Amino acid sequence: MERMKFLCVSCPFGCFLTAEHEGGKLTGVSGNACPAGERYAAREVSGPVRSFTTTARVDGGMLPRCPVRSRSPLPLSDFFAVKREIDGITLKPPVEIGQTIIKNVLETGVDIIASRSIPS
Amino acid sequence: MTAAQRKWIDVAVIGAGPAGVAAACAARTAGAGRVVVFDRDAEPGGILQQCVHTGFGLHTFGEELTGPEYMHRYIERARRAGVEFEPGAAVFGMEKPESRGDRQSAAFWVSSARRGVERVEAGAVVLAMGCRERPAGALGLAGTRPSGVYTAGSAQRLLNMGGLLPGRRAAVMGTGDIGLIMARRMTLEGASIVGVFEIMPWVSGLRRNVAQCLDDFGIHYHLNSSVRELRGYPALEGAVVEKIGRDGKPIQGSEEFIPCDTLLLAVGLIPENELTRMAGIGINPATNGPVVNDLMQTSCECVFAAGNAVAVYDLADFVSREGERAGRNAAMYAMGRLAKGGRDIAVIPGENVRSASPQIITGTEDIALYLRVSSPIEGKCRLEVSEGLFSADLRCARPGEMNTARLKASDIASLPHYIHSVAVRVKEA
Ligand SMILES: Cc1cc2nc3c(=O)[nH]c(=O)nc-3n(C[C@H](O)[C@H](O)[C@H](O)COP(=O)(O)OP(=O)(O)OC[C@H]3O[C@@H](n4cnc5c(N)ncnc54)[C@H](O)[C@@H]3O)c2cc1C
Ligand code: SF4
Repeated sequence: MERMKFLCVSCPFGCFLTAEHEGGKLTGVSGNACPAGERYAAREVSGPVRSFTTTARVDGGMLPRCPVRSRSPLPLSDFFAVKREIDGITLKPPVEIGQTIIKNVLETGVDIIASRSIPS
Repeated sequence: MTAAQRKWIDVAVIGAGPAGVAAACAARTAGAGRVVVFDRDAEPGGILQQCVHTGFGLHTFGEELTGPEYMHRYIERARRAGVEFEPGAAVFGMEKPESRGDRQSAAFWVSSARRGVERVEAGAVVLAMGCRERPAGALGLAGTRPSGVYTAGSAQRLLNMGGLLPGRRAAVMGTGDIGLIMARRMTLEGASIVGVFEIMPWVSGLRRNVAQCLDDFGIHYHLNSSVRELRGYPALEGAVVEKIGRDGKPIQGSEEFIPCDTLLLAVGLIPENELTRMAGIGINPATNGPVVNDLMQTSCECVFAAGNAVAVYDLADFVSREGERAGRNAAMYAMGRLAKGGRDIAVIPGENVRSASPQIITGTEDIALYLRVSSPIEGKCRLEVSEGLFSADLRCARPGEMNTARLKASDIASLPHYIHSVAVRVKEA
């Protein structure tokens, strides 16, 4: 059995939860003021996912950087590896907002997309 | 210096952030003819162009967008509504409004590379200049004046729009949201964050940001701690931090030297209001923004204001909503159709309330009253607006998180005529 402590961010109240789990399966939670905390804890112990955002290099555009994000949340544990992938590319303008920058990044099933346009 | 006269503008908006763009769009939709948004930056969008993280638009669009995506939607909407944008145009002067017949009109001075210096006249103005960060000079830090000290927002702009990492080992002073977000951002870029130091016994940013910016990345924060002294010259070599006691004074002998090459300041935002002062508009000392009524109208009747220029809001979604209110009413004023409720009731911050906005309610339309508490209450408490205008139970109240009281126009309008003020209170249940 493993124990994890974290804040619930399902609402602004922000309860400090203590969760117990076995191999990512929730076995107990305390500190939550409402049932949503338990659902949050279950997701967190099975491997947290978050929206991923950073910027990508642009060559010859109006700005030297273009903000990018994951189309849907990515496992937190993949953040640094995904960042290295993005650091390995250089975009050529024009870049269109919503355009796919990397498809299925590192086989996560999630695309990296541009979150603004960069005219040439 | 050449001063060219230009065509009449019905509603002029100063600042193209979420407040200004929403105001302009609403002004056009309400029927204003020419609506022009001036911004000194090279493109519209305001501060959100550098906020590349997600968290915007949950209330408005039902999805989590980045700052640039959120603004893209609003700017497109405004363009379709016929709003004109003038980027690269800094407004540097504002005259005291003059009366023309039964109404006032406004005049201000703009400088741009494209058109030089101009005097612009408008039927109504919306002030949406946003806010500034409290700078190092305002903090009274001892020691040297080295390079490597940045406000968190200027570091954010350098990194997110310029691709420049300010340093490799950074300390963060204060727990404002921008500091928390930059701690995560710099960690992802390979820098290490040696600590986040907060002088108060509570975090000033949102809990969500503590969880997702600090805890997720194993970044430590220290409450009741502050940076006392900077060391190193010409470049920062470290900061001396100290513990703060219960009496608010530094604890002797608690000093510790923290080596770092960068110090980010996240110690508060101040509404930007030089133009407001020039126009002779009344300023509220608690918010540092203009005094506004529930129509977002200032003490000059043709000048309206919205967004962080009025009060520092937590969420851009709220800023957009208040911007719409300001823009719509500015348009009505310019068209001579602003119907104003008969009342002029002052909103007074009472027990445990540091500031409230708007400061005057007229009973013209239903409104949201935004307020901040002075000190946190962890546990059940009650938010009340006197004379029975509003009351609600809260699960907690924290200075870093705005609270809202929804007031009904009909309730305000039907208050007894001898009531000239109402008090807002937040007290333990
Ligand atoms: C660095 C920083 C980061 C922030 N990050 C977040 C965040 O992550 N999430 C969040 O919800 N809120 C954030 N905020 C708060 C944020 O300011 C508001 O959410 C929102 O952007 C405020 O909108 P606004 O339209 O009032 O001001 P702004 O977005 O600041 O826009 C004001 C505009 O006015 C222009 N302007 C000012 N003076 C003049 C002049 N004299 N002439 C011409 N143009 C002028 C400026 O160039 C700017 O474009 C941040 C604030 C700062 C300072
Ligand atoms: S447990 Fe419930 S009350 Fe507590 S933070 Fe989570 S959602 Fe909010």
